[in-house]
Amino acid sequence: MAAIEVENITKCFNGFCAVNGLSFTVEQGQVFGLLGPNGAGKSTLIRMLTTLLPPTSGTARVNGFDVVHSANQVRKCIGVIPQAMTTDLDLSAAENMHIFAKLYGVPRERRLRVVKELLEAVELLSWADKPVKNLSGGMRRRLEVARGLVHEPKIFFLDEPTTGLDPVSRVAVWEMLMRLKKERDLTILMTTHYMDEADKLCERIAIVDHGKLVALDSPMKLKASIPGNNILEVSFSRLPEGWLETLESLPEVQSVKAEDHVYRIGSNNGPRTTVELIEAARRAQIEIASLSVQSTTLDDVFMHYTGRQLRDALQDAPGYDPRFFYERR
Amino acid sequence: MHRILALVERDLRKFMRSPTLIVVSMFFPLVQLVVLGYAFGGKIKNLKVGVVDQDRGVPTVKLREMFMAVAANARTFETVEYTDAGQAVTDLRNGRINAVLNIPPEFSRRTLAQAAPQVALVEDNTDNFAASALQGVFIELVNTYSQKGGEPRVPPGVTLSVVELYPYVPYIQYLLPGSIVLAIFVSAMIGGGIIYIDDKARGLHEGYLVTPITKFELILGFNLSGAIKAFMAGLVLTTLGSMVAGIPHPLDPLRLLKLLLVIVTTALALISMMFLLMVRVSDPLVPRAIFGVLNTLLFFPSGAVYPIYGFPTWMRVISTVDPFTYAVHAFKTLLLKNTGLVAIAGDLTYLLVFTVVMMLLATALFRRTL
Repeated sequence: MAAIEVENITKCFNGFCAVNGLSFTVEQGQVFGLLGPNGAGKSTLIRMLTTLLPPTSGTARVNGFDVVHSANQVRKCIGVIPQAMTTDLDLSAAENMHIFAKLYGVPRERRLRVVKELLEAVELLSWADKPVKNLSGGMRRRLEVARGLVHEPKIFFLDEPTTGLDPVSRVAVWEMLMRLKKERDLTILMTTHYMDEADKLCERIAIVDHGKLVALDSPMKLKASIPGNNILEVSFSRLPEGWLETLESLPEVQSVKAEDHVYRIGSNNGPRTTVELIEAARRAQIEIASLSVQSTTLDDVFMHYTGRQLRDALQDAPGYDPRFFYERR
Repeated sequence: MHRILALVERDLRKFMRSPTLIVVSMFFPLVQLVVLGYAFGGKIKNLKVGVVDQDRGVPTVKLREMFMAVAANARTFETVEYTDAGQAVTDLRNGRINAVLNIPPEFSRRTLAQAAPQVALVEDNTDNFAASALQGVFIELVNTYSQKGGEPRVPPGVTLSVVELYPYVPYIQYLLPGSIVLAIFVSAMIGGGIIYIDDKARGLHEGYLVTPITKFELILGFNLSGAIKAFMAGLVLTTLGSMVAGIPHPLDPLRLLKLLLVIVTTALALISMMFLLMVRVSDPLVPRAIFGVLNTLLFFPSGAVYPIYGFPTWMRVISTVDPFTYAVHAFKTLLLKNTGLVAIAGDLTYLLVFTVVMMLLATALFRRTL
């Protein structure tokens, strides 16, 4: 039985569809990522899977239970870290954990043991009795992760776990997540708009845009699916006629795209194309204003499938705050 | 059960960490009790009465001596001499004096001839309280003068003997039951369903909505913790307020037990009512904005400051369903009359049934999903 099964799930608010016919499956023990810009429908999807929002149409099953008809069964076996911080600032870290454990009905003996273990696992044991408002953002996020596991679920949902954290905390959270996943054999479904996070942590990634599934595969296969595994970004001092054709005829070049004055050349062998490019420029007597060579990233994958860059799509996000969408019925 | 208690524990722990909130929620009703209690029903004093003596005969002098005596003693009024009646009335219109006592020129002659002598009291009746106070004083004075002056009073057929069942109740004690209910209400406003709305506004509710807690457990948890806080507020005001208002034996244990019963049922009734009113509200400003309206709508029709019998029909409809009415009635019965449970059984029943109805409705209307 798959851990999570989503079939053609849709969520529309007043005619606007945040999620539009998504389907995918997550097997037990997998780390599955939903990558997409803000407004892609990721949070809405997670809310549906965690029984917070009923879908407009389609079905979803978590651990075999339907999210609409067996909602309480689903809730008992999942751990959820929402995008917003939901720990109580006035309570201490330990109090937050204990109250949450009681909400899940964890018996006393186990509760005392598990809270201590988890606080240790996220390296917050020395902060157990400090009020949460004294913790930094990264620490609070780690506490939220610990709290989500207090009833020892097998399936774990994380909605943008490192958004808003500084680079050091992000790495700490990643390492902790991976360690916990291995120790407890968790199935993880996470959403993110950071490609490095998706690339690093996830075994399979679904790229979503405007509520639709755009691509679904492992990070490596996704990157391999677009022509050329190196990207050259280059701009020139001037552009002679037919320059585009010249670029396209360089060895190993798979694709050439122009954005403003920057050319993005997809190539199967970055170094070789680079050498030829420099030669061609010298022969045509134009200067190379800037040049960079990199392996394809998920950003390139996103661009390939949607025509927009992931980082540009971030600016593109709609003005509403998905968290308060429930008010617009 | 443990889930309900977990929610209660969460709310109470947070409450204990903000003592300012605790103090403020008790302070406002206490201040209102004291200020309103002494603002109303005080003895009217130091009114200015202009005296126009157009007669100057011996009976008039006697009458005026009586006035001076009363004025010196009770100090309800002080006299101001006027020679001109017109000037006195003008001053009355301009608010310089509160009334004019006009002794007409034939007063002495009529008194001696026993031909229905009259003195006129010209009042400023835009101020009801002052006017009736003066009227009362002067009617009594005139009656006493008639007796003293040897005029036989009209032989009375039937006399009325007034027996007061309870010791004198100053207005501040009359107001105490309303103030206690108000304290419970203020606590219900700031500590009941509004906690859930504030949680929603900060997104905190997603934290516990993903747990297997049911609608009923959620509502019961919030209502229970709110009721505990409201109970504490009610208890403080019952004990402190009784002492401030001068209720005899404020800490009488038997009565205190009955009072505790009323406080608990009132707290539950008001908390569950507030939760129902806010059950579909998401904007945290809404409960704060309607606080004043609700307060007025529930407090005054309850008979807390003025008896229900004086209300128009539409207001009596509100009084009939308003839980405040029953709570105020129960507190009044216990604090001012010190009766047994029988007298308040009806009130307790209404409050309990009210609580149950409110909670059931809230459970039906509550949205478990976002």
